[in-house]
Amino acid sequence: MNMFTISGSPHVKSDESTKKIMYGVVIAMMPAMLVSIYFFGLQAVRVLFLAVLASLFFEWVIQKYLIKGPVTLMDGSALVTGILLAFNVPSNLPAWMIIIGALVAIGMAKMSFGGLGKNIFNPALVARVFLLVSFPVQMTSWPKPQPITEGLADVITGPTPLGIIKEGLGAGKTMSELKPEIPTYMQDFTGQMGGSMGEVSAIALILGGIYMLWKKIITWHIPVSMLATVAIFSGILWGINPEHYADPMFHMLTGGMLLGAIFMATDMVSSPMTNIGQLVFGFGVGLLTILIRIWGAYPEGVSFAILLMNAVVPLINKGFKPKRFGVKPAVTIKS
Amino acid sequence: MGILKTFALGGIHPKENKLSANAAIETLAIPKQAFIPMGQNLGAPSKPVVKRGDKVKTGQLLAEAGGFISTPIHSPVSGTIFKIDNILNSSGYKQPGIIINVEGDEWEESIDRTEEINSNIDYSSQEIIDKVKKSGLVGMGGATFPTYVKLMPPPGNTAEYLIINGVECEPYLTSDHRLMLEKGKEIIIGTQLLMKALKVTKAIIGIENNKPDAINHMTELVKGKEGISIMPLKVQYPQGGEKQLIKAAVNREVPSGKLPIAVGCVVQNVGTAFAIYEAVQKNKPLFERVVTVTGKAVKKPSNFLVRIGTPIKELIDAAEGLPENTGKIINGGPMMGKAINSTEIPIVKGSSGILLMENEESHRETESPCIRCSKCTYVCPMGLEPFLLSKVSKLGKFDIAEEEMIMDCIECGSCQYTCPANIPLLDYLRLGKNKTGAIIRSRGKTG
Repeated sequence: MNMFTISGSPHVKSDESTKKIMYGVVIAMMPAMLVSIYFFGLQAVRVLFLAVLASLFFEWVIQKYLIKGPVTLMDGSALVTGILLAFNVPSNLPAWMIIIGALVAIGMAKMSFGGLGKNIFNPALVARVFLLVSFPVQMTSWPKPQPITEGLADVITGPTPLGIIKEGLGAGKTMSELKPEIPTYMQDFTGQMGGSMGEVSAIALILGGIYMLWKKIITWHIPVSMLATVAIFSGILWGINPEHYADPMFHMLTGGMLLGAIFMATDMVSSPMTNIGQLVFGFGVGLLTILIRIWGAYPEGVSFAILLMNAVVPLINKGFKPKRFGVKPAVTIKS
Repeated sequence: MGILKTFALGGIHPKENKLSANAAIETLAIPKQAFIPMGQNLGAPSKPVVKRGDKVKTGQLLAEAGGFISTPIHSPVSGTIFKIDNILNSSGYKQPGIIINVEGDEWEESIDRTEEINSNIDYSSQEIIDKVKKSGLVGMGGATFPTYVKLMPPPGNTAEYLIINGVECEPYLTSDHRLMLEKGKEIIIGTQLLMKALKVTKAIIGIENNKPDAINHMTELVKGKEGISIMPLKVQYPQGGEKQLIKAAVNREVPSGKLPIAVGCVVQNVGTAFAIYEAVQKNKPLFERVVTVTGKAVKKPSNFLVRIGTPIKELIDAAEGLPENTGKIINGGPMMGKAINSTEIPIVKGSSGILLMENEESHRETESPCIRCSKCTYVCPMGLEPFLLSKVSKLGKFDIAEEEMIMDCIECGSCQYTCPANIPLLDYLRLGKNKTGAIIRSRGKTG
């Protein structure tokens, strides 16, 4: 007598899996990873290695000994968080701070909410902000990118382009006076600017973004709406007074803007579920970023902006429903 | 060919695996015993009008309609009524049914058994509807809704388009495909009869682009046939869903909770169109149909013309046996078919295929946490949020489920097919639909 499996339809399954998505993100981060190693050398390798190892370690310890549930290290989510954490810190950050960062990311931001899929905030960004407010000096002493091909010279630290602008404008200088001090767009593109490890090269980040779009890991909605908002908002200000406000291109290419738009704000877990919601989310992040960059105390605002918008994702999910079949109007907005 | 039409929201493209696409329809031998469950249509089960020991001929009435949404059942074989008892139905549950011991194959004299094609359609609308009703026709695509009910638009509604569903978007299944290739002329006449019954002047036969031979053949056949057009459609599941097909073919959206007639459309399957031809032109009630038997390990994937009531093991034997490593038997296609636990289950009016799945592909993968990737939302053809609906169903919050339009779910399974975390979304959605539906009904029909 044969025994047959009984289960509800559907009886076939696509080859999508959480693992595939996570490793897809890792592949997308490769170009930025290579650029960071090229410019920051062994220090970058050290940070990557430590951040990933510590993230995996904390995930394992918490799953095994605190939650006492299944250990899911192989799903790749802790690996992604580890790499993103490394991307978000300067390459000369002391090891113990990196480890604290990993503990905050995995323990506080992810596991305390219930683990994968249940965190409200992007774990790597929580860690970045935690480190920034706890160790402001170490978190803002940026080594200058030096290609490893030019030998292992002593590390010179310097400010980020956003830092230069913030300080310069604060001291009453004009944009044209500051121009010689900030890197050219070409340098922003390739990665020759001060900053966190993963955020320096626009081109590497964009490559990763294209890969993720192609593999359908992300949709265009968040990056496009976030960058468009930044471009329009900063463009208006720049149009009003180009001597007092940086131009839109500068805002798009510097700081964590592209890293944030492509890898952080698009984090599936902590971003809205519908395309319309994602457009709203991206708009919010873009707006808050410029507000913080221009009028806030910090030169950089992407992390804060994303975290603030993470907090309202449940509301966005409630308010912006997908286009339902057979229902008009196209958008159902509920109170 | 220009840009092919399809529906707008969601959709997936599972592997087609149409293994039996080139297997011509074979007539299967009549079984020794026929098992005829009384519930073969959506709605009320039929009521037997024969008793134990009665002699019946092929095509003779066995059971009459059990209500308005119900159909009569005719004997698929000739012989003696052996028993009227609880028998396995197509889902594997016991249900009242009739068992007939087969003796020869003597047909009712009124049935025209010639091969000749009768293209004379000089009937009134009511004559066609009466014939369809008397012949026990149901939707052959699997939904088994009594056909005649669809031919009588409720007061205040008029049909504008007849849409013939030749989409066959389910992977593996090929019965409609073969029917179009081999019985195309009859399908066209069936379509003309339907147009007449519905008093419409426009009919569209929708066929997915993975069946170019059927598209060409049918296009050839409709030349000179006024009002009927063939529409090739982009391959996308679940295009065979009524609402999706209407959207693809005439770009109209059936409002939530309404029937296709609300946008002036009536959809019928090609199999139904063929059955209508047989019922009206040949006086032949519905007692046989084309069934695909397929699967990766099946030696001879086939399409059989089978009498209703034939146990599926006869079909499997004819396809050269049950493969050793069969882990799951599916009555229907892999996306919407039902897993069954026995090969004794009979073929019914709504059986479109028998799919034998290998052991390795029969089990679900372990569920992992939802990573909120939204893929279920992107693929949902109804614009719903399966992740949310499954969660609220699990929590028993059916008021939220109703508000989030769970009743619009067509159970196509696209969400679960896509889910990277292997969450059995549709299991929960079915549960939620069931409970929410019961709550809505208990409230009474208040609009």
